[in-house]
Amino acid sequence: MTRFGSVLDLIGNTPMVDASALSPNPSVSIWVKLEGRNPAGSVKDRVALSLVQAAEEEGRLVPGAPDQVLIEPSSGNTGIALAMVCRMRGYHLKVVLPTNVSIERRQLLEVFGAEIIESPGSEGSNGAVRLARELAEQHPEWIFLYQYANPANPAAHYRTTGPEIWADCPEVTHFVAGLGTSGTLLGVGRFLKEQNPDIKVWAIEPPTGEMVDGLRNLDDGYIPPIFAELGGAEILDRKTVVRPRESIEWTRRMTELGLFVGISSGAIMAGAIKCAKQIPEGESATIVTIACDDGWKYLSTGAWTDDIDEVVERATKVIYF
Amino acid sequence: MSVSIRLPTVLRPHVGGQAVVEVGGATIGEVLTTLVAAHPGLSGQVISEDGQLNKFVNIYVNDDDVRYMEQLATPVSDGDEISILPAVAGGA
Repeated sequence: MTRFGSVLDLIGNTPMVDASALSPNPSVSIWVKLEGRNPAGSVKDRVALSLVQAAEEEGRLVPGAPDQVLIEPSSGNTGIALAMVCRMRGYHLKVVLPTNVSIERRQLLEVFGAEIIESPGSEGSNGAVRLARELAEQHPEWIFLYQYANPANPAAHYRTTGPEIWADCPEVTHFVAGLGTSGTLLGVGRFLKEQNPDIKVWAIEPPTGEMVDGLRNLDDGYIPPIFAELGGAEILDRKTVVRPRESIEWTRRMTELGLFVGISSGAIMAGAIKCAKQIPEGESATIVTIACDDGWKYLSTGAWTDDIDEVVERATKVIYF
Repeated sequence: MSVSIRLPTVLRPHVGGQAVVEVGGATIGEVLTTLVAAHPGLSGQVISEDGQLNKFVNIYVNDDDVRYMEQLATPVSDGDEISILPAVAGGA
C-alpha cells in the first residue's frame, strides 16, 4: 500500500534488517528493527500516538477544542513525536527539555511548534521529570500525559512493536533494547515472553556519570512508575551499561551495513554484541534489537567524523538516550 | 581479594571525597558490608535497614546490574570494578 490518508497511518510496521555481519559469534544472528522509519523519526511516534489516543478516549483531550495545553518531560524523541501529533490535532505542547541535548532535537521541537521549557542539564532526564511534575501540579488545567507512568506507553509496544517482531522473526531468542522510560522493554518483552517464555530480554543503559552530578541525594533517584507497576523486574533477564566509547564505535560500525542510526542505537547494538558474545559458540541464537532513530539529529555532535576521543568526551555530557 | 568501588558524587562526602575505594569481599553483600563498616556515613544509604539494596540505587559489577544477577549474593573476583549509581530516568 502506498497511499495513506494521514501521516499517522505511517507509524509502525517498520522494517527489520539483517546485521549478522557485525555479530562476533558465527552462530548468533542479529536483526535490527529500524524505528527511524517512523514519520517523526523515532520509536517514540508509537508512544506519542498511543498516549494522545488514550487521553482522547478518556475525554481528557478533545480534538479541536480551544486552549488545550499539554506538558511533558522529554530529552527529545517523545517531545518531537508528541509535537507532531499535537500540531495535527491542534493542541499546544510544552516540552520540558534538559539543556544538554543535541541542537537538532530542539530544532525539531520548534518545527512542530512545541514550546520548550529548559531544565538543568546537570540533572539529566530526572531533572526534566522533576520540573514537569512540579509544573503539572501548579497547573492542574494542563494535561500531563507523563510517559514514565502512563500504561499507554508500554501498551503501544505490546500492541504494535511486539507483534511486528514476532510476525517478522518468530525464531527470536533474545530481545535487546534501551532502558529509558522502560516502555519498549515492558511492552515488547511481555508480548514476546507470552509467545515464548524462553525469550531473554536484555536492557541496555547509558552510563549516567556526570549527567547526574546535579542529584542532591539518592532519593532524587527515579524509577519509572510503569516499571514497578508492570513487573519490570520479572520481564528483564539482564541489565547492562554500555560506555560512550562503545556506543560511538558501534554507531560508526553500523554504517558498514548502510545503517545510519542515532547514538543510542549504537549503544544498543553494543549491548547486542555483548549478548552475542556470551552465547556459547555453536548454540544458535537470534537477537532482535531496536534502532530507536536515525543519525540525522546527531550530525552536529560529530559522532561519525570527528576524532573519537573528542566525540566520546562530548558524549559524556550530552543526553543521547 | 580486592575490588574497586566507584561511588557517585552524592556519596563521596561520606568516604572523604574519594571517587574510588578499594574493598575486600567475595560477594557484593560482603563488599558493601565492609564498605559501610569503614565509612559509617554510608549506613542506610546503599543498603536499607531491612538489609536490602536501596531501591534508588543500582550496583554494577563490570557494568552488569546485580539485581539481574544474584543480587547481594553476586560473587566478585579480584580486580572487578563495582559501580554504585543512583537510579535515573532515561528515555528520550
